[in-house]
Amino acid sequence: MNAAWLPLLALATSLVAAAVIFTLPERAWRLRTAINLAAAIAKIALVVLMVRRIADGIEDTLRFQVIGGVDFVLRGDALGIMFAGLSSLLWLCTTLYAIGYLGRSPNQKRFFGFFGLCVTSTFGIALADNLFTFLIFYELLTLSTYPLVVHKGTPDALNAGRIYLRYTVTAGVVLLLGVAMLYSLTGDHSFSSERGLAPYLDDHRGLLTLIFALLVGGLAVKAAMVPLHGWLPRAMVAPAPVSALLHAVAVVKAGAFGILRVIYDLYGIELSVALGVMTGLAVAASITILYGSLRAIAQTELKPRLAFSTISQVSYVVLGVSLFGPFGTIGALAHLLHQGLMKITLFFCAGSYAEELGIHRIDELDGAGRRMPLTSVAFTLGAFGMIGLPPTAGFITKWYLGIGAVEANMLWVVAVLVASSALNAVYFLPLIYRLWFRPAPTESGKAWPNEQRHGRLETSAWLLWPAVFTAAISLGAGLFAGLPYSPLEWATRVAVEEYLP
Amino acid sequence: MNWRWGWEAATFAPEPGESWALLAALVLPLMLGGLAALRPPRRAWVVLLAALPLLASGAALFQAVQGVALLTWSVSFDDVTLALRLNGVAALLVVVTQLIGVVAALYTAGLCRLDESAGRSRWLWPLWGVLLSSLSVIWLAADLLSLYLGLELMGLTAVGMLLLSGKAEALLAGLRYLLVALVGSLLYLLGVALILAHWGSLELAQLTEVVAPEPVAWLAAALLGAGLATKAALFPLHAWLTPVHASAWTPVSALHAALVVKASLYLLLMLWSLLIPESHVAPLLLGLLGALAIVWGSLAAWRADSLKTLVAASTVAQLGYLMLAFPLLLGPEMAPEVQTLAWQGFWLQLLGHALAKAAMFMAAGNLILATGESTLAGLAGTSRRLPLSLLVFGIASVTLMGLPPSAGFTAKWQLLQAMLLADLWWAIAALLLGTLLSAAYVFRLFRYSFIESAPRKTYRPLAPGMEGGALLLALAALLLGLWAHYPLSLLQGASA
Repeated sequence: MNAAWLPLLALATSLVAAAVIFTLPERAWRLRTAINLAAAIAKIALVVLMVRRIADGIEDTLRFQVIGGVDFVLRGDALGIMFAGLSSLLWLCTTLYAIGYLGRSPNQKRFFGFFGLCVTSTFGIALADNLFTFLIFYELLTLSTYPLVVHKGTPDALNAGRIYLRYTVTAGVVLLLGVAMLYSLTGDHSFSSERGLAPYLDDHRGLLTLIFALLVGGLAVKAAMVPLHGWLPRAMVAPAPVSALLHAVAVVKAGAFGILRVIYDLYGIELSVALGVMTGLAVAASITILYGSLRAIAQTELKPRLAFSTISQVSYVVLGVSLFGPFGTIGALAHLLHQGLMKITLFFCAGSYAEELGIHRIDELDGAGRRMPLTSVAFTLGAFGMIGLPPTAGFITKWYLGIGAVEANMLWVVAVLVASSALNAVYFLPLIYRLWFRPAPTESGKAWPNEQRHGRLETSAWLLWPAVFTAAISLGAGLFAGLPYSPLEWATRVAVEEYLP
Repeated sequence: MNWRWGWEAATFAPEPGESWALLAALVLPLMLGGLAALRPPRRAWVVLLAALPLLASGAALFQAVQGVALLTWSVSFDDVTLALRLNGVAALLVVVTQLIGVVAALYTAGLCRLDESAGRSRWLWPLWGVLLSSLSVIWLAADLLSLYLGLELMGLTAVGMLLLSGKAEALLAGLRYLLVALVGSLLYLLGVALILAHWGSLELAQLTEVVAPEPVAWLAAALLGAGLATKAALFPLHAWLTPVHASAWTPVSALHAALVVKASLYLLLMLWSLLIPESHVAPLLLGLLGALAIVWGSLAAWRADSLKTLVAASTVAQLGYLMLAFPLLLGPEMAPEVQTLAWQGFWLQLLGHALAKAAMFMAAGNLILATGESTLAGLAGTSRRLPLSLLVFGIASVTLMGLPPSAGFTAKWQLLQAMLLADLWWAIAALLLGTLLSAAYVFRLFRYSFIESAPRKTYRPLAPGMEGGALLLALAALLLGLWAHYPLSLLQGASA
């Protein structure tokens, strides 16, 4: 039986939390924290319920008419719930982390309010069942992330915000044009319908290709594909939780996820191949992967290095999509989750180093492993995952992507994967080496750049446990990849649905 | 187009209750305004309580039109007939007018409470009443004489309201506006005289049967068009608009930008669809001017240093979107589906912009009142201290930018679909460029507000009702886009 209230309620948890937070006074710290955590936990519970129902084959749908011929539709399907689940789980972790990170600093009402709106938008993007609904939440995500990017109010942050808007609003307009043209051609088209756009191929080949370029071009800005990636490294001026959840997970993933939707659920794989756009996409993704890695090596600060690494890693998802075949799909979908878990761990740790020891530059990391062992273990696990060492989750995706490339007879993609792994090792292993094997500045009588002692543990518990938790999950996703409800197993389920209708 | 405007015989006669509701909607604002002049209200709940019957009359009219789609009334004195008609468009406009009018009244009450010195504020109330009544007459009238009366009354009241603040620059701007309004009225009157002399009737429903594409129709359309375009501040006749708003009181600006300029535009579209429904050149010209208006107005708003100039200049750009709909609505053998889409987009944009612009002027007024600064740079650091006013401004600007889920977005979507069907690529380019430019000028304000290093100042507290009403209007504009289906179904008239 269809439960339309379920997607609505899951969407509403964060939306209502945001609205309530906006009405609370700035000083109501305890109440705000309680509302945040309660909403995040409620959201996870609802998503778990939806996952169970989807496993039983029930896709809960909320639908109402906006204007003639265009509906607002949210549907809990297997692909959408992957992204929704990721964002809900990481919302909880990031909220905990942000509570510790922001401490008693000002403007928290604004921060958590817009944070809730961002999560709402991400959830809507995940469950949107047609392009119109997708577009609504995609633009909302742009609007609600701006106050977070400029949160610090410094000239740097304000300039980053301007650049961010310039990229994303323009991309939104391009996407709007693509969506409007597609609606003009085909009318409302549900992501869940079996009927692809193939009937239009013969008469409108050029138009379909143009629309594809507009859609993917608009989405590629948020997915930070080269050369549309310029906003991402600059947006790193935002507070660490924002970088962690939004720029490593929600915003860039929203772009990548949109590309997934367009190819799998709108155009269909066969049609995309027939249009001949897949090779171009694979090349663009490969360039992004290599370029991001090369730029990451050149960075001397920790957060920009992680940002360029994000640019590189997100395009694995796009690369996996553009490999025609089930293994590429499985790799892409699993990487959507794996990369989120690993990258958020890395950003949490980077934020903790900055908060506890004042470390921003990479050469300041020397010996931090002994000072902050658990954080550093988490960081190491995340970095190993990025390189793709077994048994981490990152290995699983690279393995599947490799098989996919071989099956698709695209051996140059395998070369890209190998080169990218090597580059990942080049920019992550020195960090690991510095953390664990170099002497700390305190040993030679010098001090950490700006040491604060938050709490009795190595740092504040709010900062420590979310990082450890996400690191453990990303390790678990690799170790127990064969168990039911693991990211890999769920990705396989989605891929089977896509290829065996 | 006739059935869209309600120029046809009504199937049902109005029931007494409906006639009373119509009378109440026309007369109650006058009575309330007079009452308020005698005893100026200071408290929000008094205003709200007094406005309840007015809102109820609007709701009753709305209810009436849902069942029957079209109701007509006419009163004859000797050989002059005054005709009124209530269709979906009119009902929507009346309800939105009353809503904005009541919120503006709430704001005025709050303003008077804060600003005891404003002795002339007493005179705002009767003018408010006349303005609301004359607007309702314009939305409902179905003959050129009533329309002229409504238009003239509205224009003079608007001038009076703008002069009230009493500043020197307000007088100058107000007199300039008076001159513009008089020239506009004169041109309008000439057009009406021409129509009366040639076809011998002033009733729109009768005129639809006799008007043919001939030079008289073109000349009348040109005269009426020039007059109304001046009054509506359509590009390039918009120069009087920004100075007027720079010195006016906030609720006056809100009413003016939200409703008064729209009334002239409404008349323009209505009379052109009567006189030149098949013309190609005139609507195309207006559309091209609209594209320029979008660019020009947005650039002016972008360059503006003062907050009120920014908001006022954005009106010029937003009217451009409405002008873009003209070549889609009028023209030889225009496809019906293009017309339907453009018709819906036009009204959604008009209503959404009315709600959002009123909210935006009130938010801007709050910011200026609280900080004591009227420049954008003076807003530095307001994000921490005046979050609600900024939030209202933000929600309203979502509609102006045309981003989802606002009415502005849905309107833009409908217009885009119509333009795609009609292959009007220059209009599509203008529409999309407008989004980018409006984002540029809106976020310029927010950029200032987020500056953290600004010196701390003491801000004046605001009266209740000044922010709540504005928030209500902004949210209405935001959610209207998502629930557009319901109001749009009313627009289709009896044939839908």
